[in-house]
Amino acid sequence: MSIVMINIFLVTMMVVIAVMVLRTRRLFAAIVMTGAYSLISAAMFVNLDAVDVAFTEAAVGAGISTVLLLAAMARLPAEEKPVKRNQIGPMIIVAIVGILLVTAVVALPPFGAPDSPVHTHVGPRYIAESYSKLHIPNAVTTVLASYRGFDTLGETIVIFAAGLGVVLLLAGHTKTAPAPHQPAVKTVKAKTKTAPKSQKASKKKAGAKKTGKRGAKKGGAS
Amino acid sequence: MTNLIATHWNYLVVVALMLIGLYIVMSRQNLVKKIIGLAIFQTALFLLYISLGRISGGTAPIIDAAKDYTYSNPLPHVLILTAIVVGVATTALGLALILRINDAFGTIEEDEILAMKDADRKAFKGKTDGGDE
Repeated sequence: MSIVMINIFLVTMMVVIAVMVLRTRRLFAAIVMTGAYSLISAAMFVNLDAVDVAFTEAAVGAGISTVLLLAAMARLPAEEKPVKRNQIGPMIIVAIVGILLVTAVVALPPFGAPDSPVHTHVGPRYIAESYSKLHIPNAVTTVLASYRGFDTLGETIVIFAAGLGVVLLLAGHTKTAPAPHQPAVKTVKAKTKTAPKSQKASKKKAGAKKTGKRGAKKGGAS
Repeated sequence: MTNLIATHWNYLVVVALMLIGLYIVMSRQNLVKKIIGLAIFQTALFLLYISLGRISGGTAPIIDAAKDYTYSNPLPHVLILTAIVVGVATTALGLALILRINDAFGTIEEDEILAMKDADRKAFKGKTDGGDE
């Protein structure tokens, strides 16, 4: 029973933090609260018997993710502008998705039921076999590295692709980029006359070209 | 109804968290805020999976051959371990894109970017029309 109480406390905190993230306009606060949200979810995972997931969530979700967001914030505006957009559309979509999800979720077997389909498929086999076959006490490790090793290979490929994308996007990203919207007058004419295709091509060239591109944007807007 | 809440409360809270995340993604114009909303949605999804893997009275799936425990299902844990790491990779990629967008447009507010692109397109169209005459 006490575990249930702890769980209820933790999920309540998660909901409160999520609502606070929704309401705040200071991005720094939002990021730090997301880190806290992640850490509380890690505590929740421990309560739900997923200790490996808890480690990973605390280290990667609450740690690396927050650090990445904060590092990006160093180069981005710190405050969100007031929302001008009509909120009715998102509200309706969220309501529809909510109704669908609740109908789906109440059709699930009760929380913690040992005879639910999740636990009657391959789960028991992993638990029965993994130690005698592979001599690793932690069943999660066994499944991750052995039974479902190809999943982990696929994960590595995804991370490699994402890492490559980040490196390519940020290559030539200069830290001392001039303040945005300062028109470089001389380049405006040259840039606006060229076709949009060449603008796209110039994205790859970093540094000097960037000023021209920004000037072009300004020239177009004014 | 009360009975349903008692047996499914965990799932229902997860749905609430997901909806908050989804609402942040759709209603906010700030791109960083959208990424944060995505992270909230994602963590709620992790909780759903881990809740499904739980067996009441069970313990963490670290096998002690000498004793006869009930173990929670390790499979959802494995899937979510993969998902957490992939989630961070997508966050990093999204942030890199946002940094480049900020370089190009000088703002990370979606409506301003769209307005700028619109004005840009109109100006470009006007230029080419003039050239033809």
